[in-house]
Amino acid sequence: MSDLIDKPASGPRPDFIRVEDFSFFYGEKQALFGIDMRIPENQVTALIGPSGCGKSTLLRNMNRMNDLIDGVRHKGDIRLDGTSLYDPSIEVISLRKRVGMVFQKYNPFAKSIYENVIFSLRVAGRSKKSELDETVERSLRDSALWEEVKDRLHDSAFSLSGGQQQRLCIARAIANQPEILLMDEPCAALDPLATLKIEDLITTLKQQFTIVIVTHNMEQATRCSDHTAFLYMGKLIEFGKTMQIFERPQQPETEAYITGRFS
Amino acid sequence: MAKEAEKNREQFATTGRSRKGEPLVWLTAAGLAIGVTMALGLFLLILVKGAATFWPKRIELFELQNGETREIIAGYVTQQQSRKNSEGADVREIQLFQGNKDLNGETFRYVDVGSIIKRSSPKNLLLIERLTYGPAIGTAVAVETGDKRTVASSPDFIPELNKILETSENLRRKVLHIERKEIGKVSMEMEELGRSEKAGRITSAAAVERRARLQTEFDTLQKKATRLDATMAASSLTYIVADGRESTLPADQLLGVFAPNQAGFLERLGESLRRVWHFLKEDPREANTEGGVFPAIFGTVTMTLVMSFFVTPFGVIAAIYLREYAKQGLMVRIVRICVNNLAGVPSIVFGVFGLAFFVYFVGANVDRNFFPEKLPTPTFGTPGILWASLTLALLTLPVVIVATEEALSAVPRGVREAALACGASKWQAIQRVVLPASLPGILTGVILAMARGAGEVAPLMIVGVVKLAPSLPIDDVAPFIHAERKFMHLGFHIYDLGFQSPDAEAAKPFVYATALLLIVVVVTLNLAAIIIRNRLRKRFAVSSF
Repeated sequence: MSDLIDKPASGPRPDFIRVEDFSFFYGEKQALFGIDMRIPENQVTALIGPSGCGKSTLLRNMNRMNDLIDGVRHKGDIRLDGTSLYDPSIEVISLRKRVGMVFQKYNPFAKSIYENVIFSLRVAGRSKKSELDETVERSLRDSALWEEVKDRLHDSAFSLSGGQQQRLCIARAIANQPEILLMDEPCAALDPLATLKIEDLITTLKQQFTIVIVTHNMEQATRCSDHTAFLYMGKLIEFGKTMQIFERPQQPETEAYITGRFS
Repeated sequence: MAKEAEKNREQFATTGRSRKGEPLVWLTAAGLAIGVTMALGLFLLILVKGAATFWPKRIELFELQNGETREIIAGYVTQQQSRKNSEGADVREIQLFQGNKDLNGETFRYVDVGSIIKRSSPKNLLLIERLTYGPAIGTAVAVETGDKRTVASSPDFIPELNKILETSENLRRKVLHIERKEIGKVSMEMEELGRSEKAGRITSAAAVERRARLQTEFDTLQKKATRLDATMAASSLTYIVADGRESTLPADQLLGVFAPNQAGFLERLGESLRRVWHFLKEDPREANTEGGVFPAIFGTVTMTLVMSFFVTPFGVIAAIYLREYAKQGLMVRIVRICVNNLAGVPSIVFGVFGLAFFVYFVGANVDRNFFPEKLPTPTFGTPGILWASLTLALLTLPVVIVATEEALSAVPRGVREAALACGASKWQAIQRVVLPASLPGILTGVILAMARGAGEVAPLMIVGVVKLAPSLPIDDVAPFIHAERKFMHLGFHIYDLGFQSPDAEAAKPFVYATALLLIVVVVTLNLAAIIIRNRLRKRFAVSSF
């Protein structure tokens, strides 16, 4: 693992994730066209764009989730701190331990809250009680769920509300202390209040993790991201600081999209 | 405004024929109603007929006049019907159970209603249950114990009779124990001795000496049993049947006495419950038309459980490979079609396969390699409960595979992805997340498989079921589980009673009773599985440890 990412001595790296001329195909259909992008460490990068523009595809390539689909192939490369994700010596399982993911629809397992959080530790074969307990408390505190569930850790995860379940999924994703947290429209299935909580959480979590978030919600992108990438028809149209993208978009497509002239 | 409302009303009018779709709803409801009625009707028929088997009927005395001859017979009515006589006129006749097979030859008799001149039901008519020849019907004369004779009119008669019944019941149990267990053990040792001698593990001099000792033991036991039998036979019940003949029944043949004409409702209920209990716990007698069906219940349950034990892991593993690992393509589709078609293969074909593969091939090889000293007598190379269970496991395999595949594919994609995104390997994701989530669905498949397997008869007739099995597949004789033994099965028992019985009329009520019992057994097995499933469902929804 340690040879995958060598941490430099200090400071957030501006090109923590490097997407280099990355193209992606579902069978014959090309979904991404030569994307080039640098995602800085410990910041929130939002991927926006109309449905089918390829933002989820890009996100799901960052932990090679798309490998599960039959007949996919790619060109170009994605590098994590300099190491290619597609390096044959990289095991996809160890990669996913470094890159946590939160999905659009909250998907806790049919297990207790406790077991949900430590799932990644369990599959890694770690079973020291003190370590597990510690992980549960830390992850639940980090996902702002601890106070609400600390007395019923062994209840079913399904006994929680939708927003709580999504925060549980975040706790699960960060339990094994990944470096990167991928979020695929994490608030799409939640009400405004729960959304607000998750957004607050994102702002806190970025101190520990590099966050890449896919969102349909412009306000959300402005509220909680530092950088924004606008994708359209599988191409990266514009990438920059969020303020700049929303206030002074350079490309006409970006402007049209953020002002709501098409979606 | 008003005009518009009018128009709207016309447009949305839903009266008469314009109510599209309604007739179809009616049709589907009618279809369901017919189905439910048929199922309920079947169940009720079996329930009523089956329960009636055990209800003690009133015994009547008939005086018949046929031309010059007059006769008196006793019995209870089992059926009433009309038939055309030689002149074409309708004649009503009744079917009578008159028992006393030893005296009459026939237990059932048809009587023209027109020939009856007197019908009565005297209180002192008894239904006497015997070990052989079926029940006797008559009036008690006396009981004898040794040289003490107690006549029926004496106040001591009833206590004396009960004492005899109780003593002989105890003695009978002792004799059974000697015959089954002790003598069985000795003969097993003798067999073992024979094998040892054949294999040269023991010198022939030692064998001779040992055989003599076993023979002495055997004789002693047999003598003991004979003595007990003689003790029982020293008591007897003398009764007189309707036509005046007197008969004496030694106590070793006497099982019970009941006077249905004196009994009130509660006594009848008690008697029928007693009969049900005996039906459940006893071995069959008299070519299966008397006694109980315990070995058949035991065989059915054991076979079904062993079958589930084999079919579940195989089915689940096969389905996991098919659904999760195999590359979805032409090959997998062909395999899936084959699996589905396997479910449609007539069950007798599975029986033939089981005989050829399990019995003649696997069984013969097991014998050759593990039981060579018993050859040429086969141990596993002959139909038995293990092969029957395996054959049925094969038969029900498609049910489990299809149900498991469906349960697996019903697990949301998101849950799998979440597991993988947490760094789980594919197998870890399946084992820790997908399988627990699909367990209720898998168990539904197992329940269906059990229901199918428990009721299957045709293949069993080839691979291990017999009309009468001398011993159970699991008992207290080492090695306790006898997977090679033949067994009895309720489904086959029904067939045997209904179609193979020497006395079809006597067996008929038991056909219904056994059918009812088979339904009860299958439902019980399924209920148990359903309860387990619901527990698991709850457990996996709450916590995983």
